[in-house]
Amino acid sequence: MPGRRKKFRVKGSERLQAAFTRGRVALVPYLTAGYPTLEGAYAVGEAYIEAGADVVEIGVPFSDPLADGPTIQDTTTRALENGADLEYCLELASSFADRAPVVFLVYYNNIFARGIERFLDEAAGVGVTGLVIPDLPIDEALDFREMAADRGVAICPLAAPTTDDERLDKIAEVASGFVYCVSVAGVTGARETLPAGAMEILRRVREKVSVPVALGFGISTPGAAVEAAGAGADGVIIGSKLMQLVTEESPEGAGAWLREVREALDSEARDRDARARVGSKN
Amino acid sequence: MQQKSEAGYYFGSFGGRYVPETLIHALEELESAYERYRYDPEFVEELQGLAKDFVGRPTPLMFAERLTKKWGGANVWFKREDLAHTGAHKINNTLGQILLADRMGKERIIAETGAGQHGVATATVAALYGKECVVYMGEEDTRRQKLNVVRMKLLGAEVRPVTSGSRTLKAALNEAIRDWVTNVEDTHYIIGTVAGPAPYPRIVRDLQTVIGQEIEAQARERFGQDPDAIVACVGGGSNAIGAFHTFVGREEVRLVGVEAAGRGLESGEHGASLTRGEPGVLHGNLSYVLQTEDGQIREAHSVSAGLDYPSVGPEHAYLKDEGLVEYASVTDEEALAAFTMTSRLEGIIPALETSHAISYAETVAKELGPGKNLIINLSGRGDKDVEVVADALGIDAREAEEVSGEG
Repeated sequence: MPGRRKKFRVKGSERLQAAFTRGRVALVPYLTAGYPTLEGAYAVGEAYIEAGADVVEIGVPFSDPLADGPTIQDTTTRALENGADLEYCLELASSFADRAPVVFLVYYNNIFARGIERFLDEAAGVGVTGLVIPDLPIDEALDFREMAADRGVAICPLAAPTTDDERLDKIAEVASGFVYCVSVAGVTGARETLPAGAMEILRRVREKVSVPVALGFGISTPGAAVEAAGAGADGVIIGSKLMQLVTEESPEGAGAWLREVREALDSEARDRDARARVGSKN
Repeated sequence: MQQKSEAGYYFGSFGGRYVPETLIHALEELESAYERYRYDPEFVEELQGLAKDFVGRPTPLMFAERLTKKWGGANVWFKREDLAHTGAHKINNTLGQILLADRMGKERIIAETGAGQHGVATATVAALYGKECVVYMGEEDTRRQKLNVVRMKLLGAEVRPVTSGSRTLKAALNEAIRDWVTNVEDTHYIIGTVAGPAPYPRIVRDLQTVIGQEIEAQARERFGQDPDAIVACVGGGSNAIGAFHTFVGREEVRLVGVEAAGRGLESGEHGASLTRGEPGVLHGNLSYVLQTEDGQIREAHSVSAGLDYPSVGPEHAYLKDEGLVEYASVTDEEALAAFTMTSRLEGIIPALETSHAISYAETVAKELGPGKNLIINLSGRGDKDVEVVADALGIDAREAEEVSGEG
């Protein structure tokens, strides 16, 4: 795909990490490729970038998304009906890659069926910087990680509240993008408040890893995002809530809500800085 | 990615543990519980005691005299797993797993089911041990297998119809895994077949191996040697692995697994993942999978809900590639004919799943010829299937008329 091939001077994994170290909490909105329509997904991505997304997470639709709750399942089912194949997902990624680092949320069989090296070549070729693979735990990812590293594509492993410290050490070794910290034992889906265990897993992951840490699963209010930031998350991943807004309102509606989150995070950061300045004067 | 083959994670290049991180801890916990208890005298005694008194093991090996005469080939024997409590081999696995769940302190049990036999077997042991039980079943299957839905409810289980995706076994597995991810602290997931993430394929196989061990002893007693062939149906593949495992590598024993060819292999509507699938990852393991070029999982089709699954246990994938077991397939129509024939000829109404094995056994019996011994693993009884069969054959229960087809 020569026409789509991007020229980036910096490795994908480095561009991805840089997005988390701009002195603000990175906003990582998720969209399902091909939802609500093949064209509509472009509008969703545009709205996210306009609202201040630091990274765009694109879900490659899979027929059996067993880590996803009903909201995202519905979007992937529809996307597949719309004809969102891998070629399309690569095109979509390519259209945002210049403006924000793109990561793919992709189930392992979609990679495996394409051929691991071919998939990585194609993803790197359009500027995809990292991969979140919900059904590829670190134990199965060892060879894969080498092949991805050769192409500058980052691996973003998940860490869950049930992950013990010994495994967190291994996750720290494997992670080359960010660690996707799962806030709750469960599937994706909007939740009213941040689960009680979220702070604890965030703290434990923070202690172990040197790459950025992003919290996801169930963040569906600006307040929850601020809370995650306060607990030390370098980024917040928001999926189901945004997909709900795309369904119930529009891509622009989702973008407007995302901007509120951005503003809440920024205003909290300003307050914190101000408090810190006052504190240092005393 | 085979660094853990020694621990039984992989069978050749198949198997593994492709699940969300959240579940890893529970799988490790299950694995260490299994290693701790499998040879524990108290555990073994409890399992064997229940296998005898509750399940009714050993199940008989029966000479199918009229079938042998009709086919005119090898002597045909039935391993009567249909006589095990709840009417199928599935109870061998659920009994072992409930003992493990109990020792791990899990008070809530979940399962997926296709034909409902595994769901019933799970609800049964959950009742026996006083555990809460939730069974996920595709909505399409709750319709096809009404009798088993009622049985599960009578046993105190909650049956949750799954309306997403295929509305069959594949979708039920997705939902069961989602439930497990969410409730992993207090819940044990009893997978019904030799699939799923490690260590499930190995645990389920070990618990089903009692079938093959009994076959070995009974064959020696009845005809003084190993059978010349064993034929079993393969959906996920647990009854087949259970019957085969003892004999794998013994060259004089021909092992034949029979998949669902549905409306015909060429129609694309079948469940023959070994015959027509490609390696892929589904439900936690790498095995043969029916899928598109893009890696989307296809819908399977079979008249029998238990074979209506687009993948197969990873050990079967290995046994196929190594040439240790041969795999064939049988259409809906052929299975229905075997169903009717066995009912009339031997006085046994077999499960539609099992009917696939019976159908193909005719070919094997004729190839072997008289004087040889062929064992069909009669994995389950067919009461659950009478409605589907009545529909397919046009039998109206209100009219007492002749069944069309073979007599």
